[in-house]
Amino acid sequence: MVENLLTEKLTAADPMLPGLFRIHRILKESYDTFTVELVSLEGYQTFPFEAGQFNMLYVYGVGEIPVSISGDPLHPETLVHTTRVVGTVTRAMRELKIGDVIGVRGPFGSAWPVQAAKGNDLVFVAGGIGLAPLRPALYQILAQRDRYGKIVLLYGCRSPEDILFRKELEKWRARFDLEIYVTVDYANTRWHGNVGVVTKLIPKAPFDPLNTIAMVCGPEVMMRFTAIELQKRGVNPDNIYISMERNMKCAVGFCGHCQFGPTFICKNGPVYPYSQMQNWLTMWEI
Amino acid sequence: MKTFDAILKETKFFQDLKPEYIDIIAGCGSNARFDPGDYIFREGEPANTFYLIRHGQVVIELHDPRRGQIPIYTVHEDDILGWSWLFPPYKWHFSARAVSLTRAIALDGACLRGKCDADTDLGYELMKRFAAIVIDRLHATRLQVLDIYG
Repeated sequence: MVENLLTEKLTAADPMLPGLFRIHRILKESYDTFTVELVSLEGYQTFPFEAGQFNMLYVYGVGEIPVSISGDPLHPETLVHTTRVVGTVTRAMRELKIGDVIGVRGPFGSAWPVQAAKGNDLVFVAGGIGLAPLRPALYQILAQRDRYGKIVLLYGCRSPEDILFRKELEKWRARFDLEIYVTVDYANTRWHGNVGVVTKLIPKAPFDPLNTIAMVCGPEVMMRFTAIELQKRGVNPDNIYISMERNMKCAVGFCGHCQFGPTFICKNGPVYPYSQMQNWLTMWEI
Repeated sequence: MKTFDAILKETKFFQDLKPEYIDIIAGCGSNARFDPGDYIFREGEPANTFYLIRHGQVVIELHDPRRGQIPIYTVHEDDILGWSWLFPPYKWHFSARAVSLTRAIALDGACLRGKCDADTDLGYELMKRFAAIVIDRLHATRLQVLDIYG
């Protein structure tokens, strides 16, 4: 018993200690979104993670925030994070330069069901910055494309200026084995693409609802309505996965900041089957 | 060559409609073709037609004197375009512009209005189907105005 407690205490201490990472590259994705590529300063050659997991990024002297990993799980030599400037820490992070050092704890949380989805059609529905946590799953799946059925990416964002990973989307669009549909909420007449919410792309998206796994990431309201549309098409709620976001602090289920009903988003999530969360999502207070 | 009634029967909007109603509606149909940039209708004009889009992409727009044309919503193949013909004052509230080459079946709403008044079962069937589109677009618009990605 004492031994167990001791072990638990030791394991608990490790994930609280940030590793040192140097900024290797910074990419401006849009006017308010950027990607940082990090390499370990502590001699680790790789940073293994699963698609959908997140890290706690620590800007020294400012604070720590959870950010999903947006890089390729098959190339873990660099650790890649994409984030939007929304608060003090992300604002400070954007000011950092190549060579600056930040702290990293992780990887934490559950992953997209990339392996379990084999043999099925896949529908990715991303909203805004929600494309970033889905990108690792796309990399992984496209690397073994022949194991999956149809693959569809439905991506919605606020305006054409907010579209992330443009070059990559164009590259993927050029493939003949992946369908990509992009829509924006607001545009001017220079935009020749689709205008409207991302949920409106679901009724006509080419997939077999009975053999489809859906991975959805974006604002919670968008995920709720996406799940409703997917179910209207006949996708089983057990086969719809969503990535939740809450105020994660410790990232290991100790502090309780991210408790959501019976689960801790940091530890049990962020990726959940929709069927497990659907009743909680419509509760006003939990 | 496929007749209008055969085409209408295959669409989601007219699915399971009684064959005699399909015949009536098909009788009000004609082919329409729009090049990219063509306006299918403009805000304020009389609304006497609606369209079943068969190919292409159409954007519904609103004019703002300061910002010019503001795209609101895009319709695609197999979508219905236009419901102002159903409700007084029978004028378009928005404009519709073809984004790409667009082929459609234009259905004479003015003619259909009379037939719906004469046969209220047909009128009710059509009204139910248009109500579903209106509700669907209302839900989408509600999400759109929330600016959820902001």
